[in-house]
Amino acid sequence: MARFQIFVTYKKGIFDPPGATAERALVSLGYDEVSSVKIGKFIQLEVADGTPEARVREMCDKLLANPVIEEYRIETVEGA
Amino acid sequence: MRFGVVIFPGSNCEQDVIHAANTLGYEAEFVWHGSTDLSGFDAIVLPGGFSYGDYIRCGAVARFSPVMAEVIRFAGRGGPVLGICNGFQILAEAHLLPGALLRNRGLKFICREATLKVEPSICQWLDEPAGTLLRIPINHNEGNYICDEETLARLNGNGQVVLRYCEPDGTRADGGSAPNGALDDIAGICNERGNVFGLMPHPERVVDPAVGGTDGAAIFTAIARRLAEVV
Repeated sequence: MARFQIFVTYKKGIFDPPGATAERALVSLGYDEVSSVKIGKFIQLEVADGTPEARVREMCDKLLANPVIEEYRIETVEGA
Repeated sequence: MRFGVVIFPGSNCEQDVIHAANTLGYEAEFVWHGSTDLSGFDAIVLPGGFSYGDYIRCGAVARFSPVMAEVIRFAGRGGPVLGICNGFQILAEAHLLPGALLRNRGLKFICREATLKVEPSICQWLDEPAGTLLRIPINHNEGNYICDEETLARLNGNGQVVLRYCEPDGTRADGGSAPNGALDDIAGICNERGNVFGLMPHPERVVDPAVGGTDGAAIFTAIARRLAEVV
């Protein structure tokens, strides 16, 4: 079994309402050093050994992320 | 005139669409999401609700339902397709309409009447004169329409923006009149051919005068008139 971790976030320029709210909340709690909060999704995928990353990318493009508004980063988890 | 109203697991406005169509004197029947047969229908409606629990993104799973391949073919042949609320989200995910619907800017689920201005558009689902105001309820958490600048210019240039949110008197506020933060106050758009129409407001809820208005009837009667002309 192989494991991939996928991080989905809004593309640059797409307003992220939950992120903006968390940012305002942190600043109002006194964390003045906060200048940006982005909230996204974390997806952990377990697949058959030898599954190429290109195939995971295809899953992201098709279903897990919406390329119109989101971008994603795939990380391979070693020793899964 | 016979509407096919698709039911996905989690749809919850399909009965209202059937009731609206029947109230106006049209036939309407349910189409199960596993169906691949749309024969006998003049127009297809994707109703509101929470298809597949809105998991991953609203409409992201529903777009792969067996019926959607057929809806895409139906639209490709010029068949009229209407997506209301979650139905609009499904049409966007299926790339039958450009752009996407994000979470409402204020993070709140919004359920209230909205004033909409009819734009000069090529949409087959609306033939009210531009500038007409329609009062139709909205009921959503992800209605914040977004697209890139190039797409927006194309939508505006082609007459694909069908409805815009506005103030009760028809003006648009400087900071935007969309209660959900939608780009350019967009409430509904159509495709380049004008046969596929998606909107966040719920016209089916304001068709029967017994439940608070009839402004939504315009959507259903326009497509029926248009199809009658074509035949």
